Amino acid sequence: MSDFALLIDYKYCTGCHVCEVSCRKEHDIPLEEWGIKLTELGPVKMQDKWLWDYLPVPSDLCDLCEARVAEGKKPACVHHCLASCMELVPVEDLGRVMAEHGPKVTAFMPR
Amino acid sequence: MSERIIDCGDGVIKCRTCAWSPPGDHPVGCGMYLTVKDGKVVDVEGDPDHPITKGRLCVRCLTLPEYMYNEKRVLTPLKRAKEDRGKDKWVAITWDEALDIIEEKVNWIKENWGAESIVAFQGTGREATLYKTPLAYAALGTPNSCFPMSGDSCYGPRCSVADFILGAGYPELDYAAYFPDRYDDPRYEVPKYIVLWGKDPLFSNPDGFFGHALIDLMKLGSKFIVIDPRVTWCAAHAEYHLQLRPGTDAALGLGMINYIIENDLYDHDFVENWCYGFDELKERAAQYPLDKVEEITWVPADTIAAASRAVAENHPSSFMWGLAIDTNANGVQAGHTVLILAAILGDLDVPGGVTLAVPASFMGKWRYECAQQLPPGMMEKQITDLEHYRGFQAAHVIAHPDCILNTLETDEPYPLKMAWFYATNGVANTTNAQGKRWFKALEKMEFNVCQDVFLTPTAMGLCDLFLPVTTFAEHDGMVLPHFGRNTHMVMAMNKVCEVGDCKSDLEIDFLVGKRLNPSAWPWDNVADFFTEQLHNGGVDMTFEDLQDDGWLQMPFEYKKYEKGLLRPDGEPGFNTPTGLVELCSSLYADWGEDPLPYFEENKLTPYTPGREDLARDYPLVLTTGGRETTSFHSEHRQVPSLRAIMPDPLVQINPETAAKYGIKDGDWVCIENPLGKAIEKAQITPTVDPRVIHAQHGWWYPEQDPEAPNLNGVWKSNINSLIPHQAIGRIGFGAPFKNVACRIYKVDGLDALGTLDPDSPEGAIGTDPASYVATKEA
Repeated sequence: MSDFALLIDYKYCTGCHVCEVSCRKEHDIPLEEWGIKLTELGPVKMQDKWLWDYLPVPSDLCDLCEARVAEGKKPACVHHCLASCMELVPVEDLGRVMAEHGPKVTAFMPR
Repeated sequence: MSERIIDCGDGVIKCRTCAWSPPGDHPVGCGMYLTVKDGKVVDVEGDPDHPITKGRLCVRCLTLPEYMYNEKRVLTPLKRAKEDRGKDKWVAITWDEALDIIEEKVNWIKENWGAESIVAFQGTGREATLYKTPLAYAALGTPNSCFPMSGDSCYGPRCSVADFILGAGYPELDYAAYFPDRYDDPRYEVPKYIVLWGKDPLFSNPDGFFGHALIDLMKLGSKFIVIDPRVTWCAAHAEYHLQLRPGTDAALGLGMINYIIENDLYDHDFVENWCYGFDELKERAAQYPLDKVEEITWVPADTIAAASRAVAENHPSSFMWGLAIDTNANGVQAGHTVLILAAILGDLDVPGGVTLAVPASFMGKWRYECAQQLPPGMMEKQITDLEHYRGFQAAHVIAHPDCILNTLETDEPYPLKMAWFYATNGVANTTNAQGKRWFKALEKMEFNVCQDVFLTPTAMGLCDLFLPVTTFAEHDGMVLPHFGRNTHMVMAMNKVCEVGDCKSDLEIDFLVGKRLNPSAWPWDNVADFFTEQLHNGGVDMTFEDLQDDGWLQMPFEYKKYEKGLLRPDGEPGFNTPTGLVELCSSLYADWGEDPLPYFEENKLTPYTPGREDLARDYPLVLTTGGRETTSFHSEHRQVPSLRAIMPDPLVQINPETAAKYGIKDGDWVCIENPLGKAIEKAQITPTVDPRVIHAQHGWWYPEQDPEAPNLNGVWKSNINSLIPHQAIGRIGFGAPFKNVACRIYKVDGLDALGTLDPDSPEGAIGTDPASYVATKEA
């Protein structure tokens, strides 16, 4: 199991597709496959308030950019994310860092 | 600061650059490293040291290699016989041969019809915005430089209104862009509210503004007030969303002004010291009580009141005005109300408010000098109806777009014989209203040239010579956010490789200029030219220095109006005739315009007075122009990774409306009004009002037959076929690209009505009293 998790502060995710495309370029993944894929909740009005959230979900092809991280760089999706709402976080710090981000935060451990 | 070139060994280097175009974009100057191996760009990575973008890049830059090395890209100049227009019978030639043809044809045109019979067109946003007019004036010798969008409906109206009312360059949200430490600079304050008025910056990255800076500010506590007919992502995350009927912005603005004055929520000190015409404004705004405004705009009165109070009681707050201000025949008035709100609330040029700027001398001085190259009497031949559009001319040195189409159709006051399409795919439904009329009129030209990256439908259908343009990775250049009108940074575009035998827009200017009018083009290379521009802008560095440094952030002062920094005479105040913010314009009356803002319906809507026929037969309001991250207008349709995200043109329809017309998600739908038809795919969504549909623009299909009459299917989803010609505002600004009547019905597919070309029965050019048709004088 990896020592890191991919934290996503999805209250800020605007659905720009940068994570999908930067991942595909980094790992040379063909168009019909994904290393990470946007999911969308809404847009829908519930109890008079709009819900429109995006959440990128890493696939089995995600290795949290091991090679980049070994070079001291961020994963391709984290590096390029227009909303800067993704972060690689050590698993042991996860609870604390998630709490710091406030509501609408999640984390993935793809491997 | 990051290094310009990083040697990675094994012949691989990483080169830093800041992007402008092509591929198309606005001058945001996103920072990146391009990895070059064996002379090819193999990787794109954001530069984390760039002060604005900080490593972030959108999907269009990330897919740059797919654009640069696309199989459809043209890599050498091409020529074609005039009788073969519309046929794929291009012949590759050298640049010398292309220049020989240009020299011969231009001289022949000049001898027979005069230089004024040449017209140079540009698109929007790209670097061409800076370099097309100099080609027209200082190389071709024609005064007819033209941005062919009806009513000049992109950026020009807002810049003009800012010039008239504030005497300043483009007023921009203060996002600390001038400061190296950005939001941490001690001078800066985070805006409490940001009003996004007819603007979706996340995906339009307008005119030099990095759209996702809004998310940076959201994290720091800014809240949004969104004024938009659609629920955008920002609207769904806003404190207030004012979902107005398209085109009613001026009524909403007047209602907000009235509410703020009536409830004494304005900044008395600023109004007394720095504004002109408050009493007149107060009287005019009183005609727009909130119940009346609700009736016009569909926005509930209590929502307008709450949003007005929020922005008025929380400082600093800021305003961003978008393309919806321009694409509206009532837009000069709508824009005036936005500037009035920012002014009377005391948010102009304060930390976290709306930054003001004096237009910079970078490029500006050179562009002015190019106009001086025209021989005496030539500028007077420029095609602009001065009986009506002196307001347009007061702010612009270019020909009026609607007048140019009238001239093309009537040969009055003189015939046009040659067109130069400078980085514009004009017929592909971004700029030109009723593009089929333009197409038919331009078919008559003796000689047409296109410079672009791909063989667009405009090039294939109309042109005799094609000049291939480099991408930003293949040329040296300078990025100027807001085209010099509020420029927080100047940035270097660095050439990292070559692809084929292409030239940059500026290099083409140099080549053509040196052939046709050498004295105006003395520079040996673009580096010398840019060094001179930097010196003109008061910057003591060479272009080479800028390339090494990457960028230069400019100095900034708040409250320039107090310090004598907005006026050339150094006096405090604003650079307007009264020296004040003109709540009531001292200029408009001379141009036949009401000096105060007012609301007026556009001419081809279901709500236009006297057009009950439209309300009956075309009951829906069509709005267009919302941006997607996957394209810049008509660009990028041939990039596989981007097309996979957005494969088809989408028309957004409310579920209630879709049910009424028997349309399901994914059905192909014909959108029709008296002027024409377009076919798009239904996206059923609650984000539009049941009375409104939104249709994407800029669609053509590079994968389809490129030859006429199909022309890559450019007429099939051509939404601008439904937009009237010259249905514009009184002083020449603003066409209703976002506000026309239509009806919708299901069809069997994109090809259900054939090519929809103007010579086919289904695609015939329609008429309506709202769409002006000039007639030749007897």
